[in-house]
Amino acid sequence: MGIEERELERNVLITSVEKLVNWGRKFSVWPLTFGLACCALEFIVAGSATVDMARFGSEVARPSPRQADLMLVAGTLTKKMAPMVKRIYEQMAEPKWVIAFGSCACTGGIFRSYNVVQGVDQIIPVDVYVPGCPPRPESFLAALIKLQKKIERETVRDRKLISAP
Amino acid sequence: MNREKIEVLKRKFGSQILSLKEEKGEITLLVKLEGLKNLLKALRYDDEMAYDMLIDLCGVDYLGEDPRFEVVYLLRSLRDGDRLRIKVRLNEDQEIETVSDLWRAAEWLERETYDMFGIRFANHPDMRRILLPDDFNGHPLRKDFPAEGYDFDKPFEVKLEEES
Ligand code: SF4
Repeated sequence: MGIEERELERNVLITSVEKLVNWGRKFSVWPLTFGLACCALEFIVAGSATVDMARFGSEVARPSPRQADLMLVAGTLTKKMAPMVKRIYEQMAEPKWVIAFGSCACTGGIFRSYNVVQGVDQIIPVDVYVPGCPPRPESFLAALIKLQKKIERETVRDRKLISAP
Repeated sequence: MNREKIEVLKRKFGSQILSLKEEKGEITLLVKLEGLKNLLKALRYDDEMAYDMLIDLCGVDYLGEDPRFEVVYLLRSLRDGDRLRIKVRLNEDQEIETVSDLWRAAEWLERETYDMFGIRFANHPDMRRILLPDDFNGHPLRKDFPAEGYDFDKPFEVKLEEES
């Protein structure tokens, strides 16, 4: 049970608590160190000094799904790889978000093919889509800011809905 | 060196060799499916042959021809430094004997050939798909396989293996 649910039971300050929690969450979206194909290189650059995603609170990329909040699916998802990606997603602790980064992750991209999943939203829920082949690292920042806006608007009930099995 | 080997081969397996082609110093033998294993065994273990390395094993689909498929063995002798290409034709309903007991490298190559063409290798220790998911429908390197696959319009589902 999260702090916001406890507060909800006591029926106090629900609006402000939500705001406070969301404010905290939105500036500490830690991505998972994870990449599938060429787009992953753009994600690596997003952590470098020139682009520096740490300025927006995505301080470090975590190598363990247990410590990560954001799954950045960067690259081509093949059907053979799909079970592993799904498993990693399920291993991440709530709250968690997903950005589909690049055409391949959004729709399958240039691979209209028998071995590529035509969009990762077929296996995991996606919050923000970033088109491009590959998108520039700046697009990652844009997506991150979009995601922060989304987190800002989240309510306790939204979260519950997302985490339902 | 290679030529002497070919003479020996012709003497021993003359009835089995369908054609012999030489181009730019590369020798290609088309052989019959029956008795293929004996021929390959001789190539592997006979002292005058000593083709101890299997460089590649792959399939070819000649759609519309009979027999439809071809399996190609690329052999190399580390002792003599020469190469040999063996080809054999077979049909969809035919099985081909595995050579994974002669060259260990063949095990995965045969699995790949099965995965891509649906050519079955008899007596293979582990005849499963290797590159594609186990529940995949069809064999993608066949000429009549559509590039999008048969299940393109169906929603994709992942099945997580149960943890034991
Ligand atoms: S969208 Fe383009 S750059 Fe990104 S993984 Fe696909 S092919 Fe590579």
